[in-house]
Amino acid sequence: MHTTNAVNGANYLTYQGKYKGLLGWIFSTDHKRIGLLYLYSIASMFAIGVLLGLAMKFELLAPGKTIMDAQTYNATFTVHGVIMIFMVVVPGLPAVFGNLMLPIMIGAKDVAFPKLNLLSWWLYIAGVVLVLSALLFGSGAPDTGWTFYAPYSFKTGTNLLPAIFGAFVLGFSSILTGLNFLVTIHRLRCQGMNWTKLPLFVWTLYGTAWIQLLATPVVGITLVLVALERFFGVGVFDPALGGDPILYQHLFWIYSHPAVYIMILPAMGAISEIIPTFSQKHIFGYKAIIASTMAIAFVGYLVWGHHMYTAGMSGTAQYYFSLLTFIVAIPSAIKVFNWISTMYKGSINIQTPFYWAVSFIFVFMVGGLSGLVLGALATDIYVHDTAFVVAHFHYIVFGGTGFAFFAAMHYWFPKIFGRMYDKAWANIGWLVFFIGFLALYSPMFYLGMMGMPRRYYDYLDEFHGGNILSTFGSWVLVTGFIIIVVNLVRSARKGAPAEVNPWHSKTLEWTVPSPPPVLNFDEEPVLEENDGPYNYK
Amino acid sequence: MAEDKHHHIVPYRLYAIILVALLALTFASIGITEIELGKFTVAGALLLAGVKSVLVLIYFMHLKYDKPYIKIMVAFVFLIFVVVIVITFLDYLYRV
Amino acid sequence: MTDHITTNNMSEHQHAHHVEHPDMYDPESSKIGMWLFIFTELLLFGGLFIVYSVYRYLNPDAFHLAAEELNTFIGALNTVILLVSSMTIAMSTTALQKGHKKVAIALVSVTFLIGLVFLVNKYFEWGVKFSHGIWPGSEQMLNEMSQGEILFFGLYFVMTGLHALHIVVGLVIMVFAIKGVSSGKVNAQRPSLLDNCGLYWHLVDLIWIFLFPLFYLIH
Repeated sequence: MHTTNAVNGANYLTYQGKYKGLLGWIFSTDHKRIGLLYLYSIASMFAIGVLLGLAMKFELLAPGKTIMDAQTYNATFTVHGVIMIFMVVVPGLPAVFGNLMLPIMIGAKDVAFPKLNLLSWWLYIAGVVLVLSALLFGSGAPDTGWTFYAPYSFKTGTNLLPAIFGAFVLGFSSILTGLNFLVTIHRLRCQGMNWTKLPLFVWTLYGTAWIQLLATPVVGITLVLVALERFFGVGVFDPALGGDPILYQHLFWIYSHPAVYIMILPAMGAISEIIPTFSQKHIFGYKAIIASTMAIAFVGYLVWGHHMYTAGMSGTAQYYFSLLTFIVAIPSAIKVFNWISTMYKGSINIQTPFYWAVSFIFVFMVGGLSGLVLGALATDIYVHDTAFVVAHFHYIVFGGTGFAFFAAMHYWFPKIFGRMYDKAWANIGWLVFFIGFLALYSPMFYLGMMGMPRRYYDYLDEFHGGNILSTFGSWVLVTGFIIIVVNLVRSARKGAPAEVNPWHSKTLEWTVPSPPPVLNFDEEPVLEENDGPYNYK
Repeated sequence: MAEDKHHHIVPYRLYAIILVALLALTFASIGITEIELGKFTVAGALLLAGVKSVLVLIYFMHLKYDKPYIKIMVAFVFLIFVVVIVITFLDYLYRV
Repeated sequence: MTDHITTNNMSEHQHAHHVEHPDMYDPESSKIGMWLFIFTELLLFGGLFIVYSVYRYLNPDAFHLAAEELNTFIGALNTVILLVSSMTIAMSTTALQKGHKKVAIALVSVTFLIGLVFLVNKYFEWGVKFSHGIWPGSEQMLNEMSQGEILFFGLYFVMTGLHALHIVVGLVIMVFAIKGVSSGKVNAQRPSLLDNCGLYWHLVDLIWIFLFPLFYLIH
């Protein structure tokens, strides 16, 4: 088997170029190394976010002050949100698996702009440092919520500027990644790789990249305006000067709603790779999934006001946003139908990625259906800003993007590291995690319906039982997470060497060695008429 | 892959002609705002600005000579922007 | 596009470098990349245009009143010279295609100078405002102006300020473009730095094409 087209039999992990050691990684323009850099940074930030989440759950173990006061709690959920959203789930799948796999999946040597790719990662790190500095210097960590609503965001005495600036820089990183992937997909497809032969993960990266490109600048300028408001009192969001705080919310959500599609589309793309592979069957409705991907990307721009039903918008706007929100649910439902139809009469290979994929479908559906409750005006009035919302978005983002991330991690693990993970421990980790997840978030639906507000460090006695179950759930979930991570880290070092194509998949990354050589292919692949990403038979 | 531009070098003269058109439209928009048209003054000025921007996009920025997909992307981006601003006004136009 | 790397033609270091940094240059990729970046700039300013349009809708009379403080002549002058500069930099790309290196450099230099003049005009304009006690958060604004007027000037400074910042960036890119053309690295076969510099400058012009009527032509 070829192990290299490069120097001295090296693959991308062991290759030594101009720089040695760690420098050879942080100055590398190889998309695979950059993908791993993102993996390690994002995993670290996720761990910090998890610790903050655990702290919040511990505070909520009992009514009244448990381990922190209200101000600390506000800062904790703010930083938890900023980290999880801007540093974990938005970059998440594109930055890690997009970087690692996209060029190989389309038969290319690298992305279109490798140096820009490295800059994206450097900007990510800069953004992280800026945001974390907000915790360390000055007047305390921001306490506005990750949503930075005006007017409090320009009135709060806490250290908002580094956090805003950090978020801006992180946004820039996201934009450049999207830009890079768009040009890569347009220009670097190998011979025969038409748009209708692209793997679905690539299609979702394409749709996602458009959202990264077009939506992020809007939140960028909005955050700049908040900063200017703090410094100069420009007035655009200050009611005392004629500004409208609701306009802030419009601008903020014009990005932040499409942002959730940045989070979920590549997740769905990964699932669309895993299910056909482990069903050894062609994906059901390939074109329908493409169409629904692009539909989600586009219609996702039109629904942002469903975060603002109770803010003070006109009735017309409320009706309009509710209608569009119901419409945008349809393409997602189409995908779920297609995934299940793919499995029907397939030859199922029950492996860890498949467990993650199937549980993804379950939690994604729960999250999505609860979104309809929130999307309907009458019911939203009742559950807005309660624990119900918290349950909804954790089901759909943590359950959705998170589960898909773990699925993708186990799926592509042998390719990335050239070793197989310990399957028994991986499955145990999945099961413990899944149980913890359900215990952690399910009570929140009930608590929210019963009236427990979100973002409060205290609650009424009647909510105590549900909160105890939820906090225990967080401990079980973290246990599962530790099992998973320890297993993956050990296996990356000492796992059994993996084959080129252990899952018998049909996409191009499974034709190159595990791990891949530096420039991916010895010769540019050429796709024939009968080749295709899901041509199982 | 050679781009279309290599086969088509835009003559200096064409750029000069476009400039003249742009200047004329600029003076027209100054003129139109002198006239009292109420609400339509803004629309008129913006319409003229729109025409100017189309000229800049098509000729100065080369879209006329580029492959169609770039033109489609540009149109799409403007469309998204317009849609977003229209939806935002669904709030402001109908507030009680 | 085969990767037959023959080690007997290159030293191992060169070989390694070629492996690590394959030459990915493709003029069309470069062009699309620049257009995509331009899209982000359009949406960045687009956010500000949304804010402007909402507040103008809500405060039509105050906006009329506040706009009278602005000097239409200077605004028009800046519009005219910016349009001229768009023409000159567009012409420079033609010059490069024809291999007229010196003409290309001259044209970009003229563009650069016009950009400087624009900034100088802006400096004086803002200076006049400041001398009248008008800047975001100033006492005079807060005490004497209505809310709509405060918003008008807030937006005026932010939007023209952000625009001026982009002019500065454009000037910096032009310096690199001039260097590239004179060294020969930027040429008819590899024109992207100059072409993209031009695209960026046209973007700056496009934004001003809309800023001008919205701030200076309200009567």
